[in-house]
Amino acid sequence: MPLDDNSNGDFHRKLIEEVLEAYPDKTKKRRQKHLNVAEAGKPDCGVKSNIKSIPGVMTIRGCAYAGSKGVVWGPVKDMVHISHGPVGCGQYSWSQRRNYYVGTTGVDSFVTMQFTSDFQERDIVFGGDKKLAKIIDEIETLFPLNKGISIQSECPIGLIGDDIEAVSRAKHKDIGKPIVPVRCEGFRGVSQSLGHHIANDAIRDWVFDKKAIDFTPTDYDINIIGDYNIGGDAWASRILLEEMGLRVVASWSGDASISELERAPKAKLNLIHCYRSMNYICRHMEEKYGIPWIEYNFFGPSQIAQSLRAIAEQFDDKIKENAEKVIEKYKALTDAVIAKYRPRLEGKTVMLYVGGLRPRHVMTAFDDLGMEIVGTGYEFAHNDDYQRTTHYVKDGTLIYDDVTGYELEKFIEGVRPDLVGSGIKEKYPTQKLGVPFRQMHSWDYSGPYHGYDGFAIFARDMDLAINNPVWSKFKAPWKAA
Amino acid sequence: MSAPLRQIAFYGKGGIGKSTTSQNTLAALVEMGQKILIVGCDPKADSTRLILHAKAQDTVLSLAAAAGSVEDLELEDVLKVGFKGIKCVESGGPEPGVGCAGRGVITSINFLEENGAYEDVDYVSYDVLGDVVCGGFAMPIRENKAQEIYIVMSGEMMALYAANNIAKGILKYAHSGGVRLGGLICNERQTDKELELSEALAARLGSKLIHFVPRDNVVQHAELRRMTVIEYAPDSKQAGEYRALATKIHGNSGKGTIPTPITMEELEDMLMEFGIMKTEEQQLAELAAKETKPMVALH
Repeated sequence: MPLDDNSNGDFHRKLIEEVLEAYPDKTKKRRQKHLNVAEAGKPDCGVKSNIKSIPGVMTIRGCAYAGSKGVVWGPVKDMVHISHGPVGCGQYSWSQRRNYYVGTTGVDSFVTMQFTSDFQERDIVFGGDKKLAKIIDEIETLFPLNKGISIQSECPIGLIGDDIEAVSRAKHKDIGKPIVPVRCEGFRGVSQSLGHHIANDAIRDWVFDKKAIDFTPTDYDINIIGDYNIGGDAWASRILLEEMGLRVVASWSGDASISELERAPKAKLNLIHCYRSMNYICRHMEEKYGIPWIEYNFFGPSQIAQSLRAIAEQFDDKIKENAEKVIEKYKALTDAVIAKYRPRLEGKTVMLYVGGLRPRHVMTAFDDLGMEIVGTGYEFAHNDDYQRTTHYVKDGTLIYDDVTGYELEKFIEGVRPDLVGSGIKEKYPTQKLGVPFRQMHSWDYSGPYHGYDGFAIFARDMDLAINNPVWSKFKAPWKAA
Repeated sequence: MSAPLRQIAFYGKGGIGKSTTSQNTLAALVEMGQKILIVGCDPKADSTRLILHAKAQDTVLSLAAAAGSVEDLELEDVLKVGFKGIKCVESGGPEPGVGCAGRGVITSINFLEENGAYEDVDYVSYDVLGDVVCGGFAMPIRENKAQEIYIVMSGEMMALYAANNIAKGILKYAHSGGVRLGGLICNERQTDKELELSEALAARLGSKLIHFVPRDNVVQHAELRRMTVIEYAPDSKQAGEYRALATKIHGNSGKGTIPTPITMEELEDMLMEFGIMKTEEQQLAELAAKETKPMVALH
């Protein structure tokens, strides 16, 4: 993509102005700061981020509980995660995201099950600590193969001041397994982002250095950090790393076990996939255990090759050679994928609106297929995410932070891209506008999209969405062409 | 047709004598032929001890916790009848430092209303924990519950502060719920210029000192026997004071005012005027006087 192509920039600037016109002055002034057009050479995307959403708008954000239970802790498969508080938060987060895992659900793995303390009025009035202790005992009896328990606080826990830390310490003594209290009450912070941070801190404070780890290190031990194994993504990534001769000693937290959390500080390198949700713990591991970390991107063959080489740089010549071999091995596959799909997708335009890293990372996979990203934005990014985004976006790309339901709809109507990639809430309104759509949180029940294998599936799915014959039937037959 | 239901509440600094004053006053009101319901809104559940001659054990919340939820309770389970037919309910609540007592008050009051506890009574009286620490303890002054609030206070500085703060709370809900300040009740502590100070504060708050209850040991004697003075020593002078207060409250229907709370500075200025608090100049002068004395002695 040429970085100096600014043909879209002026159009996008005008579009932002039009969209903002509908707001009252005060809202307009505040939302203005979150919408912009990317300019080459700037250190970030020129938008404010990580600020409270405006009451009254439809925001797409989640809460701190969603960030901890839904993202960081929920996928840890051999632990039981208690949604502590009234039943709603647990009910609506039942089943987790598509965090694939190996194990027998209900016996040694519990990801898709739901445990809640189902707070009643009396628990609010008299406090829920005793109930929590009882639940932990019941979990021990009913699911003896659990390897630990996390307590995911819902709002009322923080309001009534329950001492879940004391319960955790006492129960840890009782049953000898990690019991992790997480203070991720939903009212904390402006989005799910603070929940990620709190969840990271809970790993630091309640998991690391709590017991002796039986571990024989090698020079090639790495951790995959921040891959949640949506549709098997972490597995597709792991294949490549292992083929390079590296040993993945922990995968966080997709398909993870608590022992993988515990032994992570023994590794030689942290590979961060989702920087936003897990940079905190990587920075801690760097400071405390001296483990360096690098970010990588396994979406699309160009970025995969670049990332494999960058990872290999951290190791010896053997690994570097292996990296080249891996890239070579899959060349035929990727060439075939590109040969098949690029002609069908070349020049198609895409708008993205997703969460942690995908608004920038998946761009290159589209790029490899000859598609063009015309707009992108994050739900809960901080400024360092927008700094990282400049590496991927071209001049003139429309940028929207914490976009509102109204703004996104207007942007889609204005830009009329060939594809929108966002979440379930955005899917049907977009399709009703006559615009093809793919869910970019759940891969629309497909995947994996990571790695070379994932790229083949990704290319097929985008083709299925965009070139679906249904779109040719969009015009009513009784209306003139 | 009977007179409409009067709902009143007693607020004031912790330890000021709210429960004692309210129970004695209500005992006097029942003598006047009024049918009364007392709702204790303090987790300590001691608002009805003098009427029931015992600390209520079966509070709404403890029974609800035992039974599962308040929906599992019947009104008879929690309603106790004491001195001359006064009905008593204690909200109860968690032990100190756990849970949310404020939510407990809300739960209890809603339960009582829904289950008809307020039917067939002339008066509902709420006795609320000293400090309105959160929304739950403001429940009796919200949503058209208590019509008049009586603030129990004394000439002590902290009691005056508390009275002013409670007035702020009443003002907050005066327009939305129609609650009014019925008046101040001074429970004598024998501080300097106590009556004058109480009257002055009442005037500043746009209210009145409805009664000055003198200090009398007979109150203590009655309390030790878990009785009101009205019951223990009906002919005593003190019983007469409570009857006077009850008569005034009975006649005060609809005469409550929207309070005009004052700022901290205004309150402090007022205390200085009455010589309760010393100005900085006075303090400095006293200090200087102390320091110069031994110097004189040296010569």
